[in-house]
Amino acid sequence: MSESAHAHPNYVKIWAILLGLLIVSLIGPEIGHAFDAPWIIVVTAFGIAVVKAYMVCADFMHLRFEKKIVWFLLLASLIVISAVFFFGVASDVIKTTGQNWEDCVANKTCTVEQRIIVTPHTYAEVSAAHDAQTHSGQ
Amino acid sequence: MSMQGPIATGRCATGIPSARLAVWWLLASEVFIFGGLIAVFLLYKFNGAPGMEDASLTVTWAGALNTFVLLTSSLTIVLAHDAAEHGDGHKAFKFTWITIAGGLIFMCVKAFEYYSKISHGVGFTTNIFWSFYFTMTGLHALHVMGGMIIMGLVSFDVRKGRNLQRTELVGLYWHFVDIVWIFLFPMLYIANF
Amino acid sequence: MSQTATVQHQEAHAHDDHHHDQSFLSKYIFSVDHKVIGLQYMFLGLLMAALGGFFAYAFRMQLAFPGEAVPGFGVVSPAEYNMMITNHGTIMIFWVAMPVLIAAFGNYLIPLMIGCDDMAFPRLNRLSIQVFFVSILVLLLSYFVEGGGFGGAWTSYPPLSSVAEYSLTNWGSSLWLLAVTLEIVAFLIGGVNFLTTTMNSRAPGMKMTDVPILVWTINIAVIMFMGSVGPLVAGAVMLFMDQRLGTTFFLPSAGGDPVLWQHLFWFFGHPEVYVVLFPAMGVVAEIITTFARKKLFGYRAILYTIIATGALSFIVWAHHQFIAGIDPRMANIFTVTTVLISVPIAEMLFCYIATLYGGSIRYELPMLWAVAFLVTFLVGGVTGIPLGSSGTDLFFHDTYFVIAHFHYTFFPIAIIAMFAALYFWYPKMFGRHMNKTLGLIHFWGTVIFFNGLFMPLFLLGMAGQHRRIYNYQHFPDLASADLQGIRIFATTSLVLLLLFQIPFVWNFFSSMFTGEKAEANPWKANTLEWAAPSPPPHGNFKELPVVYRGPYEYSVPGNREDFWPQHMPDRN
Repeated sequence: MSESAHAHPNYVKIWAILLGLLIVSLIGPEIGHAFDAPWIIVVTAFGIAVVKAYMVCADFMHLRFEKKIVWFLLLASLIVISAVFFFGVASDVIKTTGQNWEDCVANKTCTVEQRIIVTPHTYAEVSAAHDAQTHSGQ
Repeated sequence: MSMQGPIATGRCATGIPSARLAVWWLLASEVFIFGGLIAVFLLYKFNGAPGMEDASLTVTWAGALNTFVLLTSSLTIVLAHDAAEHGDGHKAFKFTWITIAGGLIFMCVKAFEYYSKISHGVGFTTNIFWSFYFTMTGLHALHVMGGMIIMGLVSFDVRKGRNLQRTELVGLYWHFVDIVWIFLFPMLYIANF
Repeated sequence: MSQTATVQHQEAHAHDDHHHDQSFLSKYIFSVDHKVIGLQYMFLGLLMAALGGFFAYAFRMQLAFPGEAVPGFGVVSPAEYNMMITNHGTIMIFWVAMPVLIAAFGNYLIPLMIGCDDMAFPRLNRLSIQVFFVSILVLLLSYFVEGGGFGGAWTSYPPLSSVAEYSLTNWGSSLWLLAVTLEIVAFLIGGVNFLTTTMNSRAPGMKMTDVPILVWTINIAVIMFMGSVGPLVAGAVMLFMDQRLGTTFFLPSAGGDPVLWQHLFWFFGHPEVYVVLFPAMGVVAEIITTFARKKLFGYRAILYTIIATGALSFIVWAHHQFIAGIDPRMANIFTVTTVLISVPIAEMLFCYIATLYGGSIRYELPMLWAVAFLVTFLVGGVTGIPLGSSGTDLFFHDTYFVIAHFHYTFFPIAIIAMFAALYFWYPKMFGRHMNKTLGLIHFWGTVIFFNGLFMPLFLLGMAGQHRRIYNYQHFPDLASADLQGIRIFATTSLVLLLLFQIPFVWNFFSSMFTGEKAEANPWKANTLEWAAPSPPPHGNFKELPVVYRGPYEYSVPGNREDFWPQHMPDRN
């Protein structure tokens, strides 16, 4: 097999770097809260997640030595998901007000309890009423 | 049945062995499943769905410990793969079982987390965040268990020096499980703002 | 060349060990042979088609003669009506179109067309059909639990689908969801196998551009299915949790968002249309070029068009949701992309028509079906344009216009192309020809009464008839004698359409035993499956073929014959 010809990365070294990154991502929120800068948390949490994922893919999964098509396959699938689905849906799901409605819970103008729609019947009651109606209807 | 497979299995027009190619396709479809879940979670997070701030209530040290465990088990399975590539089935067997032990530790920590949450009355239906928490970590835990079972099944053949390439295949799957956790960890444990 | 020879030598050695006698169970039930699995998919799909057709018969009769007992079924109750329209849709898409077009013909034809002896992973293939079989059992089980089968439409929008108090089918909806998820898993397993086989197991000498269009279309369809179904699987897990554990992912009463499910569903649902369309287009390409005795016009153009259509189909999904309260700015974008997608599809149809132009056409049975596909699918495509534009869709949404449009696209795909493929590859599958007279009766009966069934529905839709209604006599505007007459006409056509399938069933089964014997290459076609004996034995080829040229070299000047098989080294 040709793929055993490539030089192996030093796995233990990569593992050590990954652990270092883990510690940074743990410290991130402390710094972020101390300076009241949420973007630091976003960068340390998700930025480092991306870097870690890249390292695992490239070195542990040997994507570095795999044919380009596999990179293409994985990246294309990630882009389809994250970009297309997220941005296609975001304008609807993230929206909390419309012409005739407001999501008062998300806008913090009411509580969840105030908005719960109480169902008038239990399942058994509704289906019994439904049966009675269909039988009398004939 | 004879053990002789069809000729089709042995052909290799792309240069990537069929089994490895199939695992990559499997992982690609898994990416979409977890990607869908993660995208939905982020949508609700940006929407300000009620309860999303509960991310601060998850036990960060337990999540961090599990990240450490999974990263380490990723290292051991890649060492097993390395050993298998050099034809050392016994060493590969040993490292595979260390990896399975890592998976077990992961599941124990997970069980402890679930137990402590549920005993405090926090469950699936508490709010959207906890629904996501249990769904995503639960689905991930199922993948961890599946990976452990497959590794166990593969390891005995490998010890006898047969089907050594399978160590790499389960390894790929295990790394994927690790990567999913790498993304779940900041979403569910760290990013509480 | 020497490399090819070495491969051949090694393979010939392995080939001998591969054949052995088998018991009935291991030969037909638990077989790992791709041909048997393909036929299993086909028979299961045809059985489910009969069930779906029976549902259609029962609810169409209810609409034409409301409240009267339907012969063979009895009085249709509202719950049964909802159950049947829901399951008609689900069955026809998930258990007929996909298994027959992709799994059956994919399994049967991919290894034959790329010139190898089986799939790359035969046992994975068997797992796929087993999971598929279980999914059918779960679906059938859902009809017999308390409350009956799920009746919330095949799109299963929450909260109707997620709250038992609303849907009245507590377990029916969960089992339905489970069955669909299992079916999806079966196809993911099978899809991995298809892709790996096509990428790796091609015959020596077969370049990417020597692969028949049908194999391309099935594989692109599988890739699209993989890409679009992931979010739906995630959504199905969440919906299942909503149903069974009481989470509120899609319940607005506690912070969930029902529109999100619609996005998840249609993000899958629209590419799914093209997932089943592409294999149908592939089938038609094979048949048209064979019976026009002419090289397929624009092999590469068709190929790139398929890829472009596939990519575009991922960004059109929200046109199903124009009246669901989505952002109007997004509706504009989705209108543009939706209308845009008709460009590559039209280009593909033009390529097919250009193939026909100037060919020496032979109207054998498969060719009749293939031409019928082009004509009816064209009607379906053109009527899609008013539905894809958000302005007109506000009026047409959820009317019978949508139903008519949908069936004008899906009937050609799932039924007409399926019959085309069946009539085309029947000699290969069973080694005998089907009866041509019965085939002609079947063809004209099906095509005429298909139009008689769905053409009137356009009129009903434009008259404002809303879909998923149990009895239109309750609506003064829709209860007029004129409209009821149209409904009765459509229902009569449906009954005749179903009756005209009887000659087919008879023809199909009797020809297996009494039909005229078929030679290996009865249609004088080029692709590799015709190089194998009819029917192909276990292991497919006497000697595994080597490929020398593309699949569509018909009427090449300088050849004695008007076809030039891919595996033939010299001039024909």
